[in-house]
Amino acid sequence: MTDFFQDQPLRIAGYRFSSRLLVGTGKYKDFDETAEAIAASGAEVVTFAVRRTNLGQEEGPNLLDVVPPERFTLLPNTAGCYTAKDAVRTCKLARELLDGHKLVKLEVLGDDSTLYPNVVETLKAAEELIKDGFDVMVYTSDDPIVAQELERMGCCAIMPLGSLIGSGHGIQNPHNVRLIIEQSRVPVLVDAGIGTASDAAMAMELGCDGVLMNSAIAHARQPVLMASAMKKAVEAGREAFLAGRMPRRQSADPSSPFAGRING
Amino acid sequence: MQIQLNGEARDLAPDLTVAQLIDSLGLTGRRIAVERNEEIVPRSEHPTTHLVDGDRVEIVHAIGGG
Repeated sequence: MTDFFQDQPLRIAGYRFSSRLLVGTGKYKDFDETAEAIAASGAEVVTFAVRRTNLGQEEGPNLLDVVPPERFTLLPNTAGCYTAKDAVRTCKLARELLDGHKLVKLEVLGDDSTLYPNVVETLKAAEELIKDGFDVMVYTSDDPIVAQELERMGCCAIMPLGSLIGSGHGIQNPHNVRLIIEQSRVPVLVDAGIGTASDAAMAMELGCDGVLMNSAIAHARQPVLMASAMKKAVEAGREAFLAGRMPRRQSADPSSPFAGRING
Repeated sequence: MQIQLNGEARDLAPDLTVAQLIDSLGLTGRRIAVERNEEIVPRSEHPTTHLVDGDRVEIVHAIGGG
């Protein structure tokens, strides 16, 4: 942020973050690239997946050594879960893995080809997790009524998709995202679909509280450079939102005065 | 006895504890979490939790994901 302006922190479930860019840890070439990209992104919240340990293989470096819980706010996710039951189990395993950590990213998917959220299972899982004391940041469709219901249940952040996970198609329905932003009293973050810096800026200009992305950085030709671009895009979009854009006009409006022209 | 470990059958000495299983896998001290028959086995209970024939055990860790 520019030095004359101090933004409010992003507040989620009692945490306060100065960065509004949240990043994933998947699809990188190796852990060095993961670490460099995260550093360049300035992200304070980092999401990861929970999977079976490879047994009988030499255990290499662990992701949690690359993103130590002492330095980052870790956000375990339930990626790959297709039922509420599996998502709840995964969150409980993550809580055990991180010694009681309560903040999770809930996503329950509908099918393999779209990875579209299954909102019925998502609602079930959210209810159970909240009852069990989890702070639930929820990945959902861009349906404002579903978003409203998830907020009513007690989710601490609503995270509608911009477009399909990993598609890089940007925000396909900005009107819905705006409806969700306008109605929500908890933070709204676009999660999924961001392709490039202008998509992230657009999310923030719409009034999102933050953006979560993985592929847009990890699958860029130069991930570390893209991470840096995303940091700036999120900051620029946030400042533009707060500054308030000029009204759109039907006709031109010169920036230089008419008076005093030499041909006048 | 036989258990299902991360989805695969595995023969183990009877009366093994979760801590002993973890040790035999070379995972002691690693950042892992253990579930037995779909219930978490808290770290503090690894030494006192005895496995029985037919148990379904999951051992998980953190990996890259978005």
